[in-house]
Amino acid sequence: MTTVHTFRINGSDVAGTDGQSILAVATENGIDIPTMCHLDGLSDTGSCRLCVVEVAGSSKLTPACTTLVSEGMDVSTTSEQLCGYRRTIIEMLFLERNHICAVCVANNHCDLQNLAEELKLDHFELPVIAPKVGIDASHALFAIDHNRCIMCVRCVRVCDEVEGAHTWDVMGSGIGVRVVTDMGTPWGESTSCTSCGKCVQVCPTGALFEKGRSIGEGSKERRPFLPYLKNQAQEPELT
Amino acid sequence: MSSSKIVIDPVTRIEGHSKITIQLDDQGEVVDAQFHVTQFRGFERIVEGRPIHEMPSIMARICGICPVSHLIASAKACDQILAVVPPPTGIDLRRVLNLAQIVQSNALSFFHLSSPDLLFGFEADPEQRNIIGLARAHPQLARDGVGVRRFGQQIIEWLGGKRIHPGWVVPGGVDAPLEAETRDRILSTIPEAIAAIERALAWYKSSLVQWEDEAASFGDFRSAFMGLVDQDGNIDHYDGLLRVMDADGHYLADRIDPTTYTDYLGEAVEPWSYLKSTYWKKLGYPDGVYRVGPLARMIVAGQLGTPRADLELDEFRRRLGRVPSSSFHYHYARLIDALYAAERIEELLLGPDILSPRVRSFAGINSNEGIGVSEAPRGTLLHHYKVDDDGIVQWANLVIATGHNNLAMNRSVRQVAKRYVKSAQLTEPMLNRVEAVIRCYDPCLSCSTHALGEMALHLQLIGPTGTVLDEIRR
Repeated sequence: MTTVHTFRINGSDVAGTDGQSILAVATENGIDIPTMCHLDGLSDTGSCRLCVVEVAGSSKLTPACTTLVSEGMDVSTTSEQLCGYRRTIIEMLFLERNHICAVCVANNHCDLQNLAEELKLDHFELPVIAPKVGIDASHALFAIDHNRCIMCVRCVRVCDEVEGAHTWDVMGSGIGVRVVTDMGTPWGESTSCTSCGKCVQVCPTGALFEKGRSIGEGSKERRPFLPYLKNQAQEPELT
Repeated sequence: MSSSKIVIDPVTRIEGHSKITIQLDDQGEVVDAQFHVTQFRGFERIVEGRPIHEMPSIMARICGICPVSHLIASAKACDQILAVVPPPTGIDLRRVLNLAQIVQSNALSFFHLSSPDLLFGFEADPEQRNIIGLARAHPQLARDGVGVRRFGQQIIEWLGGKRIHPGWVVPGGVDAPLEAETRDRILSTIPEAIAAIERALAWYKSSLVQWEDEAASFGDFRSAFMGLVDQDGNIDHYDGLLRVMDADGHYLADRIDPTTYTDYLGEAVEPWSYLKSTYWKKLGYPDGVYRVGPLARMIVAGQLGTPRADLELDEFRRRLGRVPSSSFHYHYARLIDALYAAERIEELLLGPDILSPRVRSFAGINSNEGIGVSEAPRGTLLHHYKVDDDGIVQWANLVIATGHNNLAMNRSVRQVAKRYVKSAQLTEPMLNRVEAVIRCYDPCLSCSTHALGEMALHLQLIGPTGTVLDEIRR
């Protein structure tokens, strides 16, 4: 028997069932919470922390995508503090690698860029790191530019949970963390990759892209390629 | 009087940041002068590690005035790495875009940056000697300047999607065919553009006689000239072979494959400038001076191949000889170059296959090295890349038009300074001439320009002990 929990989001009464996340209930009720690593149809990892919300009685911020609803909870999705945290998260995502929108294949089709605009991130306050990060262009069709990767691990999840290939994984930790193919072998030498392109389609930035297309061509423009996957916050038209 | 140094910093009404220093001897006579490029860009290093398909768009960012030139040269280098030849229509569309760039940039140089000097004279009040003053005193010339530049810029926007940094040119061709409506729209603007350029030519020719003194000292020296020509030896802005002609009209090299440029051209680096000095290897450094750009194109080409421009070229040669030695005549050549470009755009757009949907060749990485060469507004432009087997750039070398002209510009600055600068009388017109000789070459130092003529000039007379003896700001 399904248990229904009633609780409040931003002062409004809402209801969710057992196992639903705060993000899912908020979305059902038309309440927008910024997300990056979340994609409907894939499991949630809470890795980007953009969907953090305040829950009354807790001193910690809580990711809405991985926090399940409970009876009587009082959730706040917007506050000056939350906006500040989200802006800082976006700022840190930009600074941790090398994002140069003007010459990126995802320019104007990028979730990171969209959120930066939405959160009015118009300058950096933290120091630029500019790490030396490489590109793996060994695959015949696709390439990954780690400069633009924000470690949302959508590629890892779609490859495992939808394609069933599990080519992608995460290696390292901290600032040295990277997504890798076949335990760290070049993508072009991967024996598990089926070249399906799902990882390229779900990538929210220009990190994963089709080879042979130039910057001005909008090659990251999303097609309704995987209709069972959608980022509700960014792409409600994909049905 | 002790020896001293005059510094003009920044040089204004050019594309980019630079300064000029003039060395005076104990008697106050000019003994040397140098043109320093003071900005550092580092594009050859920035692109290392980037995929080859990004190169045209990244390289276009070198310049906001002439991004198309870098797009074209870069895409041509990438064509070689893909080992493809773009479909003929793709090449013709690239040609149209390149010629539109020639028109708009030549218009900017002639009308906006240099014509105030030519209309009012080098000694006129700087308050008047600018594009605003030009609009007041000679509104038709100013209107023509704006109109001709708009003509070129609009073509770039209509073809490439935007005026600055369009992304339409890609390795293998262009990324979308031409629409009939766009072609017709461009064609409808060509007659007025040609008429405006011809009005400017008529005005310039009528005023030429008064600049004899400047022509005799604005870079008036014997040197070689280099430019691209087609198989028949006529002008070619997009493709073609290198021709180098000496001051007597003899070929130092004719129709050589530009991808062999390292056999002929050396690049020297001086500690006082970020701009490399390219020289003709056989003549050595620094004697291997040659000039590129509109003047060089008018000299090395047999003919232009369009009716109006060929008539103008004939007259140019009747007036100035086969190999004019003064860089002052860049202005004249620039207008003929623009006239040719406008006529040629019309010819290309009337071609039977210009609307063909076949505009791009697709391929993977088939070569580890590519060299792209084209004529930019300011002269021959070379992009040279080496990539790994995955198409990641390992090394890049750019030889830009202003680098070819660097030795000539320095020689020209020395000549003008010796003719006009006297330490006893530091005057604004004198310094304007030193700047103006640089403007003849229309150097592209890839940054902002001070097109309104707000002369942020700072001149210092510095004694041997470092003391500022005299100072002028404007």
